[in-house]
Amino acid sequence: MADAKTISRRLAIAGGFAGAGWLVANATRLTDDQSLGHVFKAVEDWTRIVQRGLLYPNRLAREYSPSDISPVFKPNGTYNPGTDEYNAHAASNFVRWRLKVDGLVSNPLSLSVADIMRLPRRTQITKHDCVEGWTAIGMWTGVQLGLILKAAAMKPNARYAVFHCADNLTGEPAKGGAQSPGQYYESVDLRDAFHPQTLIAYALNGKRLDVPHGAPLRLRVERQLGYKQAKYVQRIEITDSFANIAGGTGGYWEDRGYEWYAGI
Amino acid sequence: MHSKQVRTELPGFWRRLWRHAFCPISDADGFYRHRALVRLTHWINALAILFLLGTGLNIFNAHPRLYWGLYGADADQPFFSLSSVDTAAGTQGITQIGPWHFNTTGILGWSKVDGEFQARGWPDWLTIPSFQDLADARHWHFLFAWVLAINWLAYLIYSLWVRHIQKDIWPTRAGIKAIPRSILDHIRLKHPTGDAAKHYNVLQKMAYLGVTLLISLMVLTGLTMSPGMDAFFPWLLDLFGGRQSARSIHFLCASLIVAFVTVHLIEVVLAGPINEVRSMLGGRYRIPKDHAPEIHPPQDPPAVAEEQL
Repeated sequence: MADAKTISRRLAIAGGFAGAGWLVANATRLTDDQSLGHVFKAVEDWTRIVQRGLLYPNRLAREYSPSDISPVFKPNGTYNPGTDEYNAHAASNFVRWRLKVDGLVSNPLSLSVADIMRLPRRTQITKHDCVEGWTAIGMWTGVQLGLILKAAAMKPNARYAVFHCADNLTGEPAKGGAQSPGQYYESVDLRDAFHPQTLIAYALNGKRLDVPHGAPLRLRVERQLGYKQAKYVQRIEITDSFANIAGGTGGYWEDRGYEWYAGI
Repeated sequence: MHSKQVRTELPGFWRRLWRHAFCPISDADGFYRHRALVRLTHWINALAILFLLGTGLNIFNAHPRLYWGLYGADADQPFFSLSSVDTAAGTQGITQIGPWHFNTTGILGWSKVDGEFQARGWPDWLTIPSFQDLADARHWHFLFAWVLAINWLAYLIYSLWVRHIQKDIWPTRAGIKAIPRSILDHIRLKHPTGDAAKHYNVLQKMAYLGVTLLISLMVLTGLTMSPGMDAFFPWLLDLFGGRQSARSIHFLCASLIVAFVTVHLIEVVLAGPINEVRSMLGGRYRIPKDHAPEIHPPQDPPAVAEEQL
């Protein structure tokens, strides 16, 4: 007969298979009731730490040549915010649009599109990777966000830049209980905010942004996915935490289960 | 089969099964075939790949189109797509491969979820989770991507270190010459016995090397889809010809892994499932003797038939 060691080894093997089988059989239920949220969060944190380590200090995203540009740059999410206020701005070519910078700054700003277009500009041809899987390549022109933030003078406890947008994308209910409002917002940490390719962009492929692509101002964070690239930006709030904003996870899609760190 | 025959046959069958599955294999009958770390990484790999395939199809459904090149979105021409199209005869699921279109209603492009038809690339019985959820499918996918990558590195480093790959898996020159014969043996479902059963045959070696390469490509093309990794390893984009090509190669390699697993499982069954699975659990493998029951079941004269004679 098998000895105790053999039996305990066989039990361990059987236990391993039973556990794996249980996981396979219950994967859909475990997803539905969000009971693995903390495991997934740990994986996201680990991915972010590894990628941040690799990308230290400020590696650039690849920039393409004009011949690589997509013939059609697919817009996604909101195609037109469509509120009375936004329609009025669009009708007057956004001359009264303001980009406010406030929160943990010593010198709050309120900039017009013309103010922003007078600042030193940067043009870059980059790829836009949607979380759904598609890619579009386009040429963006704008101001480095770092320039604007320097002018606003960060306070020492500043950690995140939160972008408040004019579009309300109510489409999908938020995850994890409390319903988050549908107003689009996004956030990045200061390392991405001060990255040389992070822009407040006002032009795509040499033309002023049109409404589907985020007129008049949108964010470009080139080492992250499409949902980070907030459109119709009206306000940049500098904070030490985004826990008290909307669903508390740092963005519209984050409140609906997507990763805050969208480098993957 | 008559109930009388079942009664006379079953006890012997179960006794044989028990002996095959649990009784120690002496050095005369068998040998130590799989090292512990190879066994452990094999099963972790199997679980990870199962989850990665299921969650990968769920992710694919968020944009069920494949492109070649640097970019690709709705306005660009896919070489493969799953879609639903409204026709006079109702909505149809259409699978497009290059210039060809196939009606795959009910399975691909347009299938039932909870009894109701839905526009859906892959059907719910193939995806993890079964309901369409890109955010959660991605969470699962990245969890098991880490498991796969770490497990894979552990296997590769260990197997190179103990020379498992060099000695047991890398094809020999003589083996390569014997490929045509090996193909014939496989077609005839002839499995090696005696001393020949102590080594992998050349097609088997090539299949194992091939799946090693496929998983390496899965990891690399997966990393190429990450905009963060692209900033760190821009050469990945050059290696695969752009992010959309990398995404397509990711999918094609996954399909080849499915093909490998299918053949692998069929071969396990043909070669004697108890002996094979047992060796991947405990390490020891019983060398098949000529006409051993698990090798050539049809040639094994059934006890019942003799009784009837």
